[in-house]
Amino acid sequence: MTAAVHTAYTVPIGFMDALQITVLVLVAAGATAVVLIRRQVHQVLVLSIYGVLLAVLFLAFQAPDVTLSELTVGAVALPVVLLLALAKIRKREE
Amino acid sequence: MTPAQRRWLFGIGVTGLIAFYLWGLSGLPGFGHYPGPYGFIILRLAVRQTNATGIVSAVNFSYRGFDTVGEEFILFTAAAGTAVVLRRLRGERERSAVDQAADRDVPPTSGAIRMVALLFTGPVVVMGWWLASHAQTDPSGGFQGGVILATAFILVYLSGEFLVFKRFSPVNLTDAVEAVGAGGFAAIGVAAVPMGLAFLTNYLPLGQVPGAVSSSGTIALISFFVGLEVGAAFILIVGELLEQTLLIRQGSG
Repeated sequence: MTAAVHTAYTVPIGFMDALQITVLVLVAAGATAVVLIRRQVHQVLVLSIYGVLLAVLFLAFQAPDVTLSELTVGAVALPVVLLLALAKIRKREE
Repeated sequence: MTPAQRRWLFGIGVTGLIAFYLWGLSGLPGFGHYPGPYGFIILRLAVRQTNATGIVSAVNFSYRGFDTVGEEFILFTAAAGTAVVLRRLRGERERSAVDQAADRDVPPTSGAIRMVALLFTGPVVVMGWWLASHAQTDPSGGFQGGVILATAFILVYLSGEFLVFKRFSPVNLTDAVEAVGAGGFAAIGVAAVPMGLAFLTNYLPLGQVPGAVSSSGTIALISFFVGLEVGAAFILIVGELLEQTLLIRQGSG
């Protein structure tokens, strides 16, 4: 898929291909899971795991900067904001 | 509109969308075949021109710094907007800042969570500062560093109470830090103008060694201010949300 990365840490092309395909499949499965889950708190937790998967995807495609952004925003900041909003809504329904 | 008509309308729309989507896909370059030339030029020139080995940061904070100023102020505006929308409204009251739920007893914070939070808060702060101050050398930057710094404060909340979180992040202080961060970025950019240079020109000494932490001139400095801004903005947003969730109730009893 991509050319070999000839750095001090050269990785065989076949390994990178296998890794990239695996992560792509995991991301597709994760996205589907986020959409299909109906219980909101569970959905937020799965969304957070999905954020980690996306971060791994970016890492596998050699974009470490985007990996860090995705980890911080997708796996931490967004779930925190959503959980707090859910807690607020839940209390209003009391 | 009857359900049958609606289905027809949906069918036409979806068919059109799929057709346009496939048409668009067919025009894309093949996987891994970047058509260039902008990226190749940057890769060749960036280290020589800026002494920054974190080329992504060189692009973010120098070559396309103008875009990043815009993004910076998007976050600034978002934090300000959150503070305005989530204020206490008429007919709402504040109550004690203790975790509680209507339908169940809130379990006390477990020893495990306190322990993890205590263990992680220090390393998380170090990691946040490291990321914010190494944009010029490694894959990192003020944005990521800032968000991670903010999570240290979330750990403080998790391990204790909201009041502890508030004591660690007084609104006046976080407001000021956020303003300094956003304003600092803009000020570094504007300072180039009286020197007869374009906005955001890298006018500071670039250092001798590419990849040294002290190298890259304004890139490192801007990343630092972005870290301040983003960290404070996230603390403010999370603080406002916590306050809204924990303190503010409808009714005036």
